Amino acid sequence: MAKNILIVGGGLSGTIVANGLCRQLSKELRDGKVGITLLGTSDQHLYQPGLLYVPFGRIREAELFRDQRKVLDRRVNFFIDPARNIDVDAGQVTTQSGKMHRYDYLVIATGSRIMPQTIPGMAEAAHWFYDLDGARKMRDALSAFEGGKIVVNVNAPHKCPVAPLEITFMLYDYLKGRGLWEKSEITYTYPIGRLHALEPVALWAKPEFDKIGVKYETFFNCKEVDPAARTISSEEGVSLPFDMLITIPPHQGAEVIGDSNLGKGGWVPTNPKTLHREGSTNVFVVGDTTNIPISKAGSTAHFEADTVIDNLVSLVQEDRWARDYDGKVFCFVETGMNSGTYVWFNYTTPPNPGPPSQMIHWFKLAYNRLYWLSARGLL
Amino acid sequence: MSERQIIDARGAFCPGPLMELIAALKLSAVGEEVEVLSSDKGSVTDIPEWVKKVGHTLVTTTEKEGYWSVVVRKAK
Repeated sequence: MAKNILIVGGGLSGTIVANGLCRQLSKELRDGKVGITLLGTSDQHLYQPGLLYVPFGRIREAELFRDQRKVLDRRVNFFIDPARNIDVDAGQVTTQSGKMHRYDYLVIATGSRIMPQTIPGMAEAAHWFYDLDGARKMRDALSAFEGGKIVVNVNAPHKCPVAPLEITFMLYDYLKGRGLWEKSEITYTYPIGRLHALEPVALWAKPEFDKIGVKYETFFNCKEVDPAARTISSEEGVSLPFDMLITIPPHQGAEVIGDSNLGKGGWVPTNPKTLHREGSTNVFVVGDTTNIPISKAGSTAHFEADTVIDNLVSLVQEDRWARDYDGKVFCFVETGMNSGTYVWFNYTTPPNPGPPSQMIHWFKLAYNRLYWLSARGLL
Repeated sequence: MSERQIIDARGAFCPGPLMELIAALKLSAVGEEVEVLSSDKGSVTDIPEWVKKVGHTLVTTTEKEGYWSVVVRKAK
């Protein structure tokens, strides 16, 4: 009897897992011993990091998308039919269309979503670039911007932890390029007592901000936004005026996770090394969906997906465990329109970002294209 | 009283113990407690500093073997 591997979610991690399994389980697929099914939410695959460039008109929207069916190996049974309920006790997933999928192994890769609506006034008054619609609106607002106070507000939790710094540096370059910097002011707010969660990155960013004149307010967790008065207020009691508000909204996991009682806020309790859902040995969790205290980032999703592929292949072929996830994360950091750096770390190695250079910026631009090889499981 | 949520942020470089605590408290009800385990000694100062600014309650700060336990109760 064929073993059914069911993947819920067609973002980066779900797609890498599906494609990687196809490559390594070719014989089992050919012999009908394994079936791989992916339940997605869209017929399009979005390159999410590319959204950073949209507000500045630095990427064409068509470059952000590929047909998900073409990104996926043809041997993957792909359905655009999102999960409505995940029943890990019964070993089955029910979809929005009412279909039921049984599984031997389940990979939960349902990702995260922005929740600006959880903060009063934020959805009405703020701009963001974490989805295409928001990034388009921000592009239009920036085009019409003629100078004034900009607040870049960061909320917890959020994915892509370096994006807030990147958008700030790019915003500075953008305003400078349009001759608006002398008439403008950027204030960057961050939830904890420094400019970034990673201490070495925060230590690097502070003098950079000081050098270019970006202001900052730390220990700032947004409580509410007043769209009429154009002010943003924090739980800590600070209020800032703005002419333009750019927010990194708080995130939550997918609705189906909460609806299935799999985790508070949509985050599934997950073993940080095995990536098993806590309490299950045939359910894996990858990408933003986990509750592991680690960066929610594309690279995290990628390295976790590689681990899950190795273990699933090993379990199917040899009934043994292959390896644990070591907590590896790698992030490019755009430090302006023409320079960049990177940072990597794992559970035991602290981050140590190097000096920014134009070459790393170019490599990031190259990766914007190479991403599709990652999604296909080739890189 | 509901079960205390425990966040094991030992060895977590990003987003780190305080950011994890902030995210967890957003999903907690008033009166619920969250315990953060941190191998970063800085948590012993930055978590209480933030808790005081916001007005939550610091329940305990305890040094264990090679890490710290900080318990916070959501107050508002």
